[in-house]
Amino acid sequence: MSDNLKAPDPLVPVPQGPVPVLPTGSRKSVEITIDGATVAVPEGATLLEAGRMQGIDTPTLCFLENLTPVNVCRICVVELEGSRTLVPACSRKVEAGMVIHTDSERVRHSRRLVLELLASSVDVSTAPQFQDYMSRYEAEPSRFGPPGPPAAAGERDSARPGHHHAPDGSTASRVAQPVKIDNELYVRDYSKCILCYKCVEACGVDAQNTFAIAVAGRGFGARIATEYDVTLPDSACVYCGNCIGVCPTGALMFKSEHDMRAAGTWDESAQSQTDTICPYCGVGCTLTVHAQHDLIVKVTSPLDQDVANGHLCIKGRFGWEWVNQDKDRD
Amino acid sequence: MGGGTSSYREMEEADTVVLWGSNARETHPIYFHHVLKAVNRGAKLFVVDPRRTTSADWADTWLGLDVGTDIVLANAVAREILAAGLEDREFIENATSGFEEFHAHVEPYTLEHAAEVCRVAPESIRRLAHEFATARNAQLCWTLGITEHHNSVDNVLSLINLGLLTGHVGRYGSGLNPLRGQNNVQGGGDMGALPDRLVGFQHLENDELRRPFDEAWGITMPARRGWHLSGMFDAMERGELTSLYVIGENPANSESDQHRTRRLLEGLETLVVQDMILTQTAELADVVFPAAAGWVESEGTVTNSERRVQRVRRAVAPPDGVRDDLVILSDLAKRMGCDIGEPVAEAIWNEVRALSPMHRGMSYARLETGQGLQWPCYDEEHPGEQYLHGRLWMRPVLGPLAPFSVCTNRMPVDKLTEEFPIRLTTGRRLDSYNTGVQSGVYPSPLRRGETLDISPDDARAYGLVEGEPVRVTSRRGSVVAPVRIDDGLRAGLVFMTMHFPDDVAVNELTIDAVDPMSGTSEFKATAVRIEKIAVAAEALSPV
Repeated sequence: MSDNLKAPDPLVPVPQGPVPVLPTGSRKSVEITIDGATVAVPEGATLLEAGRMQGIDTPTLCFLENLTPVNVCRICVVELEGSRTLVPACSRKVEAGMVIHTDSERVRHSRRLVLELLASSVDVSTAPQFQDYMSRYEAEPSRFGPPGPPAAAGERDSARPGHHHAPDGSTASRVAQPVKIDNELYVRDYSKCILCYKCVEACGVDAQNTFAIAVAGRGFGARIATEYDVTLPDSACVYCGNCIGVCPTGALMFKSEHDMRAAGTWDESAQSQTDTICPYCGVGCTLTVHAQHDLIVKVTSPLDQDVANGHLCIKGRFGWEWVNQDKDRD
Repeated sequence: MGGGTSSYREMEEADTVVLWGSNARETHPIYFHHVLKAVNRGAKLFVVDPRRTTSADWADTWLGLDVGTDIVLANAVAREILAAGLEDREFIENATSGFEEFHAHVEPYTLEHAAEVCRVAPESIRRLAHEFATARNAQLCWTLGITEHHNSVDNVLSLINLGLLTGHVGRYGSGLNPLRGQNNVQGGGDMGALPDRLVGFQHLENDELRRPFDEAWGITMPARRGWHLSGMFDAMERGELTSLYVIGENPANSESDQHRTRRLLEGLETLVVQDMILTQTAELADVVFPAAAGWVESEGTVTNSERRVQRVRRAVAPPDGVRDDLVILSDLAKRMGCDIGEPVAEAIWNEVRALSPMHRGMSYARLETGQGLQWPCYDEEHPGEQYLHGRLWMRPVLGPLAPFSVCTNRMPVDKLTEEFPIRLTTGRRLDSYNTGVQSGVYPSPLRRGETLDISPDDARAYGLVEGEPVRVTSRRGSVVAPVRIDDGLRAGLVFMTMHFPDDVAVNELTIDAVDPMSGTSEFKATAVRIEKIAVAAEALSPV
């Protein structure tokens, strides 16, 4: 009986083996022309990725690396020669011989209009990225007229598809309405919602698979809703907060941040962001801890991590409050 | 080396996933995201759990076995794989030992026999066996449902048998994975916080392995293993252990048979507790060292369930008077006559690297960038190993063969009798964690306090309504908790957590029967009786 027919002895370390071989997908590359430059990009890449490889900063609102593109915001559209319409860069895959213009007047005009329509109806005050795009494309939402009146609490939720009054055009219709505060962890301020669907995707098949929210209604009455518009505590919500993590406008916000903003104490210039590891189970999700004056004010998760892909559970995202105990809040 | 053999991302490519004694949907929610990616791709998910949990809701097949019958089920799965000729003969012959004995041992475990013992449909067992064996890639994962038993090591070995039988280990996509319940339980073991291990999971009783430590530290280390946690309490009982230094653990609440635990802790000559929170254990202590929160007020590393060493960083300063674990320990060492200076986390880590071959390549510089590194990582050029035991697929196999284990089921120690006819099992809920010292503070809308979760059948039989307080009594203690009717439980099985020990001391009920090898208590199997509290029930009845 040779040595290696004996059962391993725990006293003896297992020998160092070879480095495991991982499957590698060798991707062919295709040639396309972007803004006059002919470049080779990997097969299967999107126009957005191809542009980023060339250092082209294509704006996105409904796109996020850890979600499946839903193509709803149309801010990333680019001009594809031979195509009747502009095409969404976030989901259109490269094909050999494509000629793309990412910053033509037609593209800029389209992006400008998207921004103006959104900003005329939505409060973008907590969406710095959106505001950057507005200046980049010289968007003037005020040209649609002065802001229309806000809706009362629950008014937009009770709107039924097909039942609406045509606006008279004197004011810009808005989605303004009171903030929904029905739990101690996060608030929903749908005055700030641009209907990018990211929260729906994160709550659904792209991450959490809880399906607590969906888009209800049609046209200007469309909105994010729980089933039958029940409050979050009465819904299927499990408070992972992955919807907050992907929200690009601050419509979904930590209650801690919302309260501090209301009190005028939220000060991002005084905040640090530090990556560490969640203290709860053994999965090892990276937490980005946002701290202001040595107190934790919120927790997010970086997108570029294989462990959590930017998503967290209720404990990781919200379970830090005990650390702030016994510290003077001044 | 002990650790999950696969990486999380491999889960997403599995064709068959088995969660055995794991409610990952609630206890490892982000790991379950990877499971869901596989499920949404069409993978078959099997959940083996006495409770029909929120994880089981996602399963193609839920195997709701009776508590403590895991080995019977595992042996039956093995027998069915063999009876159907679905084993991986090539792998068995080249990479394993003890197969013939194992084969003969599982032969009596027919589907019918297991169905009777485990109370699981034979067809469900057959389906699990066939889907697991025929999958291109299969992931078999387990958690405390397997390990919190008096025969936990045998439970684990019986699952490892299934991986060896089918070749679902040691290659990309297939693996055997314990999901670690606490953020650094993997790292703690890797660092030698086990009775018989040194840093790098190296065996203390091996002279060759111990020598570098003796040389590095200029000492002669005792060559004999210490006690695990349960062994320490037995030693307190015998009067052999009289002083205890507890770091970041709350045994007064978390240990089974809490009356005994508290009595033994109170009987110590000296109890020192170092913790971030004044736990109930700390309240019993002679000396308390307030410690910084390791994950956010301190620098260092932790290791996750896929063996990934990850940096933790100081994001906020600890409160006044609260110090880093490292500072407390080095100060204490100085007072005890051993001046180790004022080491910083990176210096300690470099000492780990010097003494542990499997961590050697993990410099702080490498850990700082990217996502950390998976052990083993032998040198600074080594990328870390995404999956373990690839050597089992080398021909000939490098190193020792992987042994099959002959496992025989032993039913839970706490027997069901007429006096204690109900099986109580314990576990976690999504929003809470262990004894609640961290998770009990944030305003969770999901928190509902301790309950006795009971099947609709038993609720009817005992005449109980939702919310009604009920007395639960085991051979060791008695508590009162409100009833919660859960249709994921079947008659004879009830469930509680240990998240709210100040309100309901569930561990006064649990038994300290331990696995002799791992020292793990049988939290999953307590015999109890349930008594209606007549007065309280009247008070609750509608007016």
